[in-house]
Amino acid sequence: MPSDTPLMPRPWKTRLALPCVAFGLLLLAWELLARFAGWSTDVFPGPLKVFASMGELIANGTLLKHTVASLFRVTLGFYLAVLGGIPLGIMLGRWQNARLLINPMIQFLRPISPLAWIPLAMLWFGIGDKPAVFLIFLSSFFPIVVSTTATVSAINPIYFQVGANFNFTRWEMITRVIVPAMIPGTITALRISVTIAWLVVVAAEMIAVQSGLGYLILDSRNALRMDYVMDGMIVIGLIGLLLDYFMRRLGRIESAGWHN
Amino acid sequence: MGHIVIDNISKAYRNRRRQRRAGDDPELRYGDQILVLDHIQLEFQDGEMVCILGPSGCGKSTLLKIIAGFDQPNDGRIVIDDRTVTRPGSDHIFVFQHNGLLPWMTVWENVGLGLRRMTDAQAKAERIAEYIEMVELDNFEHHYPHQLSGGMQRRAELARALAVNPELLIMDEPFSGLDFLTHMKMREEVVNMHEFIRKTTIVVTHDIDDALIMGDRIVVMSGQPSGIKLDRRLDFARPRDFQKEPALNQLRNEIFLMLGVPYAV
Repeated sequence: MPSDTPLMPRPWKTRLALPCVAFGLLLLAWELLARFAGWSTDVFPGPLKVFASMGELIANGTLLKHTVASLFRVTLGFYLAVLGGIPLGIMLGRWQNARLLINPMIQFLRPISPLAWIPLAMLWFGIGDKPAVFLIFLSSFFPIVVSTTATVSAINPIYFQVGANFNFTRWEMITRVIVPAMIPGTITALRISVTIAWLVVVAAEMIAVQSGLGYLILDSRNALRMDYVMDGMIVIGLIGLLLDYFMRRLGRIESAGWHN
Repeated sequence: MGHIVIDNISKAYRNRRRQRRAGDDPELRYGDQILVLDHIQLEFQDGEMVCILGPSGCGKSTLLKIIAGFDQPNDGRIVIDDRTVTRPGSDHIFVFQHNGLLPWMTVWENVGLGLRRMTDAQAKAERIAEYIEMVELDNFEHHYPHQLSGGMQRRAELARALAVNPELLIMDEPFSGLDFLTHMKMREEVVNMHEFIRKTTIVVTHDIDDALIMGDRIVVMSGQPSGIKLDRRLDFARPRDFQKEPALNQLRNEIFLMLGVPYAV
């Protein structure tokens, strides 16, 4: 077995080349399967056909339009979840009575899949962006609350004693102790929940809207264009990859100074 | 001024294991709780360095937390210059054993923690620089705590505490976790610092030698619940040396026996 040194950072060429190898192998397997599995190219199109049709979708602007629509919904739903979830999480993490009051209810609501809310969301919010944004909000709100609560309640109590010793006001306790102490954990939590939000947007767009990547996939299925379905899937994957990358960069910038 | 009265402090805890051991002994009970500190009465003069010595679990850290205002006594009160302590505040600063510095702030920011209300930016900067220089961290102002050695972290915390000019400095096991040489050096620095600024200082330690070398006064706590076993002024000249001061050595042996530990093995 080759010796592995996990702490040794690999040169950037290796870090770029290795994933490319994996993607190359995936493409190869896809091509081989499409060619020899016996399905017609309409049912299981190969990579060349899919990339060609992606060119069409890019050229006529459809792909961009749907991507922007999906990103808009995710951004809005996710921001709403962050704005509601982080303050609530701080409160639950700091204030034991609030935790006792609300936490069981949150643990009860959390395992209910956002998809189970679809009928209610459509009744309450009609069609259009609102039910989709609501579902995305639900999908990221609970993970954000739960992880913020855990992060805040795990802050070393010494830091609060230091704050009290130097006469911190309640506001200073939040801005100078809680917020900096929770940032590394919170960025990890956001990274995970943005991925979940992105997962849910596709399902949400299959029910109530006339745009977005989820709609593109559903509409293409109805038109029996599996190459367009795969185009939609590829873009979803690529954007998921980028979201994860940016959240990781954010985490690295933030904790570069003090967090070891 | 820094005149401190520990007035009749009692503290009880809920602790099942100890409660069982205590049984129905009325001396150990406080309601349905277990008594840890039993009517502690002490008075410290302004500028005194008092070393409180005791075996682990004797309640000395609890007493310290009560003096700092982090914990409330069941009975009695702490009085600093005629004011009763009800909560933590910057006139009585607690110096922690570990992790007392806020890790997301540099040394400069940590030392400036108690000076946030100073409006004159230049005076504030000079004050911070002065105290950083005092603990010889002048080249480390912009380092984060995790970039400093254990001894440097303690010194930075000391600078932060002194920068607010407190009436009382409360140090909990200030040398624990330091290697032997750093411990010795740090001990010397704390004594020199105290000679220089003459602030009332309470040091809790389990190290008999530290207490005897450093203290203007030594208080030995022990027992369950904890009481004062010994409270004595140490009028030995500095620098103190066990070899040259037979009386100091004699006292050391006495304290060993008092704590039920043989001094010669």
